[in-house]
Amino acid sequence: MSALYPLLIIAVVLGIVLNLAGGLIWVERRLLALWQDRYGPNRVGPFGLGQVVADSVKLFTKEDWIPPFADKPVFVLAPAVVVATSLLAFAVIPFAAGFVIADLSVGILFLLAASSLGVYSVVLAGWSSNNKYALLGGLRATAQMLSYEVFMGLSLMGVVIMAGSFRLGDIVEAQRHMWYVVPQFAGFVMFLIAGVAETRRLPFDLAESESELIAGFHSEYSGMKFGMFFVGEYIGVILISAMLTLCYFGGWLGPVLPGPVWFGLKTMAFICLFILFRAALPRPRFDQLMSWGWKVLLPLALLNLLVTGAAVLLLR
Amino acid sequence: MPTSAAENYFPVLLQILIAMAVAGGMVGGSFFLGHKVRNRIKDMPYESGMVPTGDARGRFSVKFYLVGMLFILFDIEAIFLYPWVVVFHELKMLAFIEMVLFIVFVLAGFFYIWKKGVLNWAAEGNDEGKDAVRILSHDQHAA
Repeated sequence: MSALYPLLIIAVVLGIVLNLAGGLIWVERRLLALWQDRYGPNRVGPFGLGQVVADSVKLFTKEDWIPPFADKPVFVLAPAVVVATSLLAFAVIPFAAGFVIADLSVGILFLLAASSLGVYSVVLAGWSSNNKYALLGGLRATAQMLSYEVFMGLSLMGVVIMAGSFRLGDIVEAQRHMWYVVPQFAGFVMFLIAGVAETRRLPFDLAESESELIAGFHSEYSGMKFGMFFVGEYIGVILISAMLTLCYFGGWLGPVLPGPVWFGLKTMAFICLFILFRAALPRPRFDQLMSWGWKVLLPLALLNLLVTGAAVLLLR
Repeated sequence: MPTSAAENYFPVLLQILIAMAVAGGMVGGSFFLGHKVRNRIKDMPYESGMVPTGDARGRFSVKFYLVGMLFILFDIEAIFLYPWVVVFHELKMLAFIEMVLFIVFVLAGFFYIWKKGVLNWAAEGNDEGKDAVRILSHDQHAA
């Protein structure tokens, strides 16, 4: 019995996350089309929703091509790593009070650790492909993700100081009177920027910038292995949106509607924000991205932590 | 409410196993469902239609290596701050003063590497960007 309950929750959570990740491909194409004044996919089924099914059938039945010049075991491992690690992070995300796979006291640390394991997938993919563009994309992605990871954790620590706990449930409950986005606005903005960089989404998709690197680290990937990088990317977007909701926007707290609905609505709003970034912002140069991260955001994250600490000390 | 550590982390273990199964199932599924046709042209690295020369096992810029080193240094410093934020409520002023000192030392090192030019990513040929390379090969051109 006690082993069945977590299995049930895992099944529900994975069902939601994987279906949402597939559906987001459709959502993203429709929203981008809306913002760019065109239709997007609207032929297959109602509102073009059948496009999701058609795409996944197509990807699954494509040739499973492994390049003869590649490092074959690593080449196959890389897309599996990106999906497995980003799914792993959902173990500590509470969808409502008590509805969580594992209510760990080190929740935020687990999240940061699991999400940063995703770096391995781009390193392995970029190196094992034995393709010059893939190598360049993989190197860029690694440098970018490592740099932004440093202050991604630091920007969250302001929230942890205020809540006094790493447990995500406690952090949400501590926001009953005021969402942390108000006192921690600087931390919120930094975490949002780091989150976009960490998921390698536009405008920070320099790892795959198609106008210069073909597709970056996944140039040599095709079929479902290529699709897995996309699924992994969308799971990453859902994860960062869920973290933003939990840490800064009160998670499942809200009037009238039940908790999971509020959590879903807030998370979906952030996912749409991610897509709006893609539609609206141009891509910076790589040196601009790196110096922005190290020279501006890292000192600011440390400063934010100190100011928050001082404020908590003075106001208590 | 689970109490012991084993009970707490058992669902995480389940999640790891199931996440690996999902990922393995996706790779395996496409392996069995896809048809296979191979030819010589398909088996070449994709370089926008050009015939590739050499392979990708060449050398790359030392700056990426420096980023790796900086990441290890600064992420460890960040990790020192993580336990501090949870014991902060008990230790109060003492913890705050000590952490101000710690962050001042971190920032001193940070401005040192900044002034050394490690954080400059400007292109080759631009004087700024060469500083990062000079640090690792500082006496090669000295003579």
